[in-house]
Amino acid sequence: MKRTSIAITALAIAAAGFTGSAAAQNEQFIPANFYWVGPYAPGGSGFGGGMIDYFAMLNERDGGINGVKLTWEKCETEYRNDRGVECYERSKKKGPTGASVIHPLSTGITYSLIEKATADKIPVISMGYGRTDASDGRVFPYIFPLITNYWSQNTAKIKFIGMKEGGMDKLKGKKIVNIYHDSAYGKETIPVLDVQAKKYGFQITHIAVPHPGNEQQSQWLQVRQIRPDWVILRGWGVMNPTALKAAAKVGFPRTKILGVWWSGAEEDVIPAGDAAKGYFAAGFNLPGTNFPVMQEILKYVYKKGKGEMDDKARIGSIYHTRGVVAGIVTAEGIRKAQERFGKGKPMTGEQVRWGLENLNIDEKRLKELGAVGLMQPLKVSCIDHEGGGAVKFLQWDGKKWNVVSDWISSDQSIVRPMVEASAAQYAKEKGITPRDCSKEK
Amino acid sequence: MLYREAGQFKSSYAQDQQIFPILQDRIAVGLLLVFAFFVVPVIGDQYWLGALITPFLIFALAALGLNILTGYAGQLSLGTAAFMAVGAFMAYNFVLRMPWLGIIPSFILAGLCAAAVGIVFGLPSLRIKGFYLAVATLACQFFVLWALQRFGWFTNYSSSGVVTAQQITVFGFAFDTPVRKYLFTLGVVAIMALAAKNLMRSETGRAFMAVRDMDVAASVIGIPMMKTKLLAFAISSFYCGVAGALHAFSYLGTVEPEAYSLDLSFRILFMVIIGGVGSILGSFLGAAFIVLFPIFLNLASGWINVLTGVEVSHAVVSNLEAIIFGALIIFFLIVEPAGLARLWQIAKEKLRLWPFPH
Repeated sequence: MKRTSIAITALAIAAAGFTGSAAAQNEQFIPANFYWVGPYAPGGSGFGGGMIDYFAMLNERDGGINGVKLTWEKCETEYRNDRGVECYERSKKKGPTGASVIHPLSTGITYSLIEKATADKIPVISMGYGRTDASDGRVFPYIFPLITNYWSQNTAKIKFIGMKEGGMDKLKGKKIVNIYHDSAYGKETIPVLDVQAKKYGFQITHIAVPHPGNEQQSQWLQVRQIRPDWVILRGWGVMNPTALKAAAKVGFPRTKILGVWWSGAEEDVIPAGDAAKGYFAAGFNLPGTNFPVMQEILKYVYKKGKGEMDDKARIGSIYHTRGVVAGIVTAEGIRKAQERFGKGKPMTGEQVRWGLENLNIDEKRLKELGAVGLMQPLKVSCIDHEGGGAVKFLQWDGKKWNVVSDWISSDQSIVRPMVEASAAQYAKEKGITPRDCSKEK
Repeated sequence: MLYREAGQFKSSYAQDQQIFPILQDRIAVGLLLVFAFFVVPVIGDQYWLGALITPFLIFALAALGLNILTGYAGQLSLGTAAFMAVGAFMAYNFVLRMPWLGIIPSFILAGLCAAAVGIVFGLPSLRIKGFYLAVATLACQFFVLWALQRFGWFTNYSSSGVVTAQQITVFGFAFDTPVRKYLFTLGVVAIMALAAKNLMRSETGRAFMAVRDMDVAASVIGIPMMKTKLLAFAISSFYCGVAGALHAFSYLGTVEPEAYSLDLSFRILFMVIIGGVGSILGSFLGAAFIVLFPIFLNLASGWINVLTGVEVSHAVVSNLEAIIFGALIIFFLIVEPAGLARLWQIAKEKLRLWPFPH
């Protein structure tokens, strides 16, 4: 009989483990579904840590947003789609108003959540990743690929290469290789590169690296045969340092490799050692702890012995400040929603969606936030769920990232028609009638 | 006392050949089905149904497919995820290109496509066995994913390689909420599991087991080797293909080739090993262990955090979960190498004697 009672107790504990706990009323819940294990953990823990640190700072300094405390709960997605969906389902009903926004931090999970979140009325912020054509807010009301989507980034990158070559007309006849992570994320920019190759007359070769990318000998031998003028590195996680080391091995100059923003963090270059010196990467946020907002985080969070980054050296790293930018965007969206739907009240996902769509972070607001230079001004609208569209370029000198360009704006004359065509096709497949933006209030 | 078939006499062949010959088993299975179809949708919330039970059923079906091949017919395979991928992508394409077909015929056709691929990659099984066969099926895993990623037709020329599965609609009824999707999945899984249970006691199933136990002896007594082995591959792949279609249509909602990596094949193989090789019930138990247990550990760690008030770094907790999960797999395999299904069998035998054990 004793065994039976043990078994029953175990069952009871199991049942309790699966059920959530009740929450206080004046709180705004934001799920922190990121990843702290696996090959992509540096990105997940840094980004997640930055976002949570910003929320913790707001709670400590201002008591939340107009008195509404921000709460969050971590859930491990392992960068896997099924775990990401599980975490989403687990977190969407928490807090007094449910999840207010969700940051999937994975292009694959974003894809899986588009329909679910739209049905549940929870906005998805896929900041600098995710489905590019979701920038068309008429078809994707709940999806916000804020700041810059993949295609915009890519046009800025070609512009940067053009600048380095001495003019866009010099691109004619040049050879560019696109080394990409063989996943939804990696493949996303192939069409826009093909369009630009036609427009500017350069040759483009796409080379896939299978997940997780710790073996790239054959790909870089292929690069050596092609002898490209530039290599675009569209890597993620462990693939990046491996690529830089492989490039060093075949003798391809690192100053001719241009990484995307998921290839341009400290964690991507430090493991490669000297092989990373001179490597360029794009960024939509800048690293460092000198920004006033970072100082506030240090003062209100880390000085009190709290904070998410166990390794203090990672405070102010690229991923960490990117998470802070995510926190700013989220909090500002909630603040905007409160301005319309009632200050000091927790907002529902639907209300936050309105807030995000009417978000306008101008230079003045950036200054108030203490984030001048950390991120670009952002103005979102019903038709444009991207809002920013500019990219800065950084170069790794072996010790730190140095900014080597101003904000380079993307070429919306290429991107926008492609976005609209692709979104229209999606709308047709799914039977969605695009919203009429002039009727949105 | 309760679980004893004494006094249940069979007076016709039909009675003797029932799937569940013992009355108590019939009642238990009946009650379980009633519970699953009528009670679970009422008491389960969206999270339970959409994020826990539906994926559990789908992976149980995939494990069942592999169990037919590995557990019953004795052919080791590492291509399960590839067969699932074929099922998922072909179901997408059938619904896309032949919308008049309806979802259930599309699923069946998708399963048949997976079966065809299974037969092709099952051909090496006529000459090689065991680990060597596993390596040959590994080729299937890589080939299928490569083909899905390289040929745009499969993904309808989607730039990212991700396609969104269409809505499940049967005779105008849309299975769009988690509850409805759960019921659809449960219906498919229940029918296919019963079919598998029945198949395994038919001539075909017995031929599978004869091949598994000793293929030379089986061919000596007149079991055609080629037909039996290829049939095992075909049926197994059919099950996996339908599981893949369900995975895409009623669980994730999106289909991307990367989701069906080698990693998934291994996970399904572990379900079979932990659940019980050569057991229908084992496929379900194994799937429950592999799919639900890590999620439970994850939830329980947060819960212990709240209870004890000890704030442990999340990274540590996440890594600990993986360690505990691994340790438990080893523990179960040492304690019960024949799998969780064997535990159930022991329990049944004890129940027969209860309350008067000799």
